[in-house]
Amino acid sequence: MSRKTETVINVVLIGALLLVLFILEQTLPSTHMIFTVLKKGAIYALVAVSMNLLNGFTGLFSLGQAGFMLVGAYTYGVLTIPVADRANVYMYFNGGLIQFALHPIIAIVLAGVMAGIFAYLIGLPVLRLKSDYLAIATLGFAEIIRAIFQWDKLGPITNGSNLLRSYPSYKSLLFYFIASGVCIALIVMLINSTYGRAFKAIRDDEVAAEAMGINLAHHKQIAFVVSSFFAGVSGALLAMYQTSVQAAMFKSAMTYEILLIVVIGGIGSITGSCISSFLFIILSEWVLRFLDSEMYIGDVRVPLLRSGFRKVVFAVIIMIIVLFFRKGIMGTNEFSVRRIFGRSADKKAKGGSANE
Amino acid sequence: MSDNVLKVEHVTMQFGGVVAVDDLNLEVNRGEIVSLIGPNGAGKTTAFNVITGVYPPTNGAVSFEGKKIVENHPRGKMKKLYTGEHAGDYMKTLMPTPDKITKLGIARTFQNIRLFKSQTVFENILIAEHVRRTSNLFTATLHLNGAEEKAMRDEADRLLGILGLNDVRDELATSLPYGKQRRLEIARALATKPSLLLLDEPAAGMNPQETVELTDFIGQIRDDFNLTIFMIEHHMDLVMEISERIYVLDFGRLISHGTPEVVQNDPKVISAYLGVQEDE
Repeated sequence: MSRKTETVINVVLIGALLLVLFILEQTLPSTHMIFTVLKKGAIYALVAVSMNLLNGFTGLFSLGQAGFMLVGAYTYGVLTIPVADRANVYMYFNGGLIQFALHPIIAIVLAGVMAGIFAYLIGLPVLRLKSDYLAIATLGFAEIIRAIFQWDKLGPITNGSNLLRSYPSYKSLLFYFIASGVCIALIVMLINSTYGRAFKAIRDDEVAAEAMGINLAHHKQIAFVVSSFFAGVSGALLAMYQTSVQAAMFKSAMTYEILLIVVIGGIGSITGSCISSFLFIILSEWVLRFLDSEMYIGDVRVPLLRSGFRKVVFAVIIMIIVLFFRKGIMGTNEFSVRRIFGRSADKKAKGGSANE
Repeated sequence: MSDNVLKVEHVTMQFGGVVAVDDLNLEVNRGEIVSLIGPNGAGKTTAFNVITGVYPPTNGAVSFEGKKIVENHPRGKMKKLYTGEHAGDYMKTLMPTPDKITKLGIARTFQNIRLFKSQTVFENILIAEHVRRTSNLFTATLHLNGAEEKAMRDEADRLLGILGLNDVRDELATSLPYGKQRRLEIARALATKPSLLLLDEPAAGMNPQETVELTDFIGQIRDDFNLTIFMIEHHMDLVMEISERIYVLDFGRLISHGTPEVVQNDPKVISAYLGVQEDE
């Protein structure tokens, strides 16, 4: 299969997907569960891919994702609340310090930039650490960020531990898919560039990578900042989706959820992360909801089903995956048109460029 | 003045109480093939690691193309402890990371092959091209550096062609036979466009046939790429055949150097290798 046909097929598939979403939106009532699931799935896909960029492609085991999402969500919220509503939202802080509102799209980009700045500063000391220590340090920093954002003294900006709300948000499902899709595409392009190759080299062998002239500190910092940038963007999208945001929800449990998605999808697989994020959200928000509510068959109460049981089931799933399916759904492979239709053609041509 | 590419002056490397390299002095001239030999644990690889910036030396300096690239750095406890000869001679801090040294033009291979495991042969070489990029993160991500990217790929393909790895271009690097992995490691080092190539035991684990091929290969790349080669090797046939000069280390100290004939007949070298007691 030639490159051109592949591109054409990809474009057609993406177009078809958007069309299906559009038709769904027009036909089903907007309160339908499927929209909740798809929006959240798209947002989680982005943050999972951004985490995969670090954990899967650069080999940096970082657990700070929820913290950077929080920075993004707050940046978005703080910058976009309409001036008229500020007195109401910041009721405990005399209407807050900031008295302007930006266009949502600009605020989303700034949310990423802000998360990137935080990541840069945190990365300076933290990226010298390896493996588990890096994970612990980033997890700690994420918690510190959360605590700082809830701090009373910062109330005029962050509204302390109170909700941020009344900011504008896009209701359309398409917006979430396009925003998240563009970001994921950018990450994929980065991975396929010469910098992406350097990241993979660092993952495979730091010593050899350094001997090949790759500046470890510089490249790790780039990966960390870029990953956090997109985590920030996804935080902004999440804030938008939820219509209100509070620092308390960005707990480390959220990072673990994202990590779970990455592991299920396959560490080092972009499409794996996307597939598993939708799978995870569909299961946890929709299909497995019934585990959390009591159920009666006739007069007999079904055992075990009660609030919180869903978490137990997930814990078991995690254990099964870690023990038996360590490579996740996709391993390090990618799901692509070429893989499905182009196998025989590929064998004949032997090669093509080293894009994957 | 001799045209030396690499000059190592009074380099001492201590790890705790162990002196891995003790007051090492050596020079490698342009276009030469020079070998560093010595029994196991003599400090040969440590010397390489000091030259390439992996370890900061306890004392001493390394110059490349007439410019100091590494000088002992006074940070840390080791410096205060060091009271040996020439202790006060090198007080500047020059401690570049290995990637900077690679950028200057010193490339190396490793004793136990360190290829990028999950990458193909072609990608392994492509990664080494990264060092000469002119694109930044944004132009590279948005693929605005098409010309450079193409140049990188062409150059990688050219290297594969020269080094006879074209037929395994898209195979996983680690699936190659041992000899070819070594060859790929050298190819990868060459992709950084070095003027000095450090080879750490290039013939380790090779059979006699492969070793003969390697001997020709090293001579050939020296000529083709205008290289100066400094290598560590245990394989005496190879060393004696292609080296113009040889340095011999034992317990971190230089015990002999000169042409292969001189070294071969040096009683100190013979005793270091065979463990015969000197009776002087």
